[in-house]
Amino acid sequence: MDIFNIFKATLRRPLGLISIGTLALLYMTALLAEFVAPYTTNEQDLERTYHPPTALFFEKGQLYVQAYALVDPTEARYEAIEGVGSPLRILGEGYEYRLLGLFKTNRHLFTLEDNSSRVYLLGSDSTGRDVFSRLVFGSRVSLFIGLVGITITITLGFLVGGLSGYFGGRLEFFAMRMVEFMMAIPGLYLLLALRSALAPHFSSDQMFFMIVVILSLIGWAGTARVLRGMTLSLRQNQYILAAQSMGQPAIVILFKHVLPNLLSYLLVAATLSIPGYVLGEAALSFLGLGIQEPSASWGLMLSQAQDVKVFYLNFWWLLTPGFAIFVTVIAYNVLGDVLRDIVDPKMKTR
Amino acid sequence: MISVIIRRLFTLIPLLLGITMLVFILMSLAPGDFLTPVKAQRDVPVELIEAIEEEFGLDRPWHIQYFKWLGNVLQGNLGYSWAYKLPVVDLIGQRLLATFLLSLSALVFAWGIAVPLGVLAAIYKDSFFDRLSSALAYAALSIPEFFLALLLMFAAAQTGWFPFGGATSIEYDYLSATGKIFDRIHHLILPTLALGIGSIAYIMRIMRASFLDAIQSGFVTTGRAKGLSEFVVMFKHALRNAINPLISSFGFAFASLLSGALMVEIVLQYPGLGQLMYQSILREDQFVVLASVMMGCSMLVLGNLLADILLAWTDPRIRLEK
Repeated sequence: MDIFNIFKATLRRPLGLISIGTLALLYMTALLAEFVAPYTTNEQDLERTYHPPTALFFEKGQLYVQAYALVDPTEARYEAIEGVGSPLRILGEGYEYRLLGLFKTNRHLFTLEDNSSRVYLLGSDSTGRDVFSRLVFGSRVSLFIGLVGITITITLGFLVGGLSGYFGGRLEFFAMRMVEFMMAIPGLYLLLALRSALAPHFSSDQMFFMIVVILSLIGWAGTARVLRGMTLSLRQNQYILAAQSMGQPAIVILFKHVLPNLLSYLLVAATLSIPGYVLGEAALSFLGLGIQEPSASWGLMLSQAQDVKVFYLNFWWLLTPGFAIFVTVIAYNVLGDVLRDIVDPKMKTR
Repeated sequence: MISVIIRRLFTLIPLLLGITMLVFILMSLAPGDFLTPVKAQRDVPVELIEAIEEEFGLDRPWHIQYFKWLGNVLQGNLGYSWAYKLPVVDLIGQRLLATFLLSLSALVFAWGIAVPLGVLAAIYKDSFFDRLSSALAYAALSIPEFFLALLLMFAAAQTGWFPFGGATSIEYDYLSATGKIFDRIHHLILPTLALGIGSIAYIMRIMRASFLDAIQSGFVTTGRAKGLSEFVVMFKHALRNAINPLISSFGFAFASLLSGALMVEIVLQYPGLGQLMYQSILREDQFVVLASVMMGCSMLVLGNLLADILLAWTDPRIRLEK
């Protein structure tokens, strides 16, 4: 089955449609982050720290954002002022940016008309930054780390696994011992050790790159092992023998005859492993070892929610990045299961 | 059997050598060493520092340091933790006990709930209960453990029912023996929940699938045909055959709990091996890192070995000797 048919079959199933729809929405939001988010990642407002999510109300055909008054600054308690609000403008003007890095514009999905009040769809954090905007910008890191990471892992896994399965012998022996070694180390321990060794060689702007490298270094072993087994059985096929006797070089056989047969497996495996990267980044940033301030990522945002004040005063909106991670992971897991059912009906879980 | 165990334990040696060497290289790549903060302290005599540098060869390249360290380890000297001012052996001993306790309670909790749930879901296949439990298992599998731990902290702060981090209360030393046990259990509840919920979902899915396999096999039909009660067929015949895949996943579960415990321990401030490892990496407390990585890997290998032995013990078709 080729990729296009698999895609069509996925869309025909309700669960497949839902998960693809969710993921498409998430990735679109990430790509158009500047358009969707009303504020930048670090636009502070120290007058409005730990602001609860603002309510919206409808009056005379116009959407208003509820105005709040700070009642108790020590507990960050806000109360709504009845009937007072500022009008919300759809596609209004805000800060200037380049859409998709190409077109210069200053239109946003929604903005406020007067600059004295602010719209907080998901509340504000300890320095009055908009959690919703940070969530949207943070999704860039959290979502794309999975895609980049899995590309590296699959490439590495295919090269090591495919070559050692195809050639066998001493190469296979060393590659597989290496794989077993990598798999015997508890993943998070290796993650921490690698991070502490690599950190000084990267500036904080290159953190994203560093995290991808670390996560891929840990992840390739399992893929390589499975791919070696599959290549080993594919090698027995007659068309491989035919290609060999025609004198095709090994690398051509590997890419032209072996790879296409592994594609459907790779698709499923990739989909099911992406959550591992999303979670890995979140864990690293959560521990303060990944993405650094003032950039935003979901794990980093959660680490700021790890505060006694947040727990006792019920600032629940600071936990929303966790739900975003949850939605992403579950969408990938569901999609992976649907893909597996389509590609390999025998594996179907009853 | 014994020869298999011995052979397996021998494979630990190259593994541990390789891993400690890797950690050594990685830590020598990072700038500074664990003596940098010590040298800044005024009350530490210069002779002592020189003695330590001599003992572990700190001014030499990493491979000489490594062999010096290895020689010390073989003589039972794991080194000294500068952050905790304790010999590493004592430190690791305390932490290992705490993590072991946590992993064990999470395992008991998860298995105690997941096995009956999985069996019920398989018996009442396609019922409302089955669908609901499958959906919940799916959700539980997708929640990151540290987020679950955060949510539990949130709940603990809002209700005030559970203590906030740690493994014991401040007044632990003054409690009676039963009081001590209850205090420990009280502190274990939240970490156990955070660690266990993810594994419940995992174990339940395996249990359900393998119980369904068992139900459809011939011996179940035979049992029913000769008039055995449904209860005996299900729990004496089907269950015994269905539990095998779970037992082999036991070792893996044990190992993954250790890895997972790291995040949960950090968030819930539970003083276990994972938290120790994390803090000592941040402080470049080299010997502690090495010892805890060795512990982690050994427990992983031992967990897998345990699983194989259990499997050979429950399933007469499996022989460990070739």
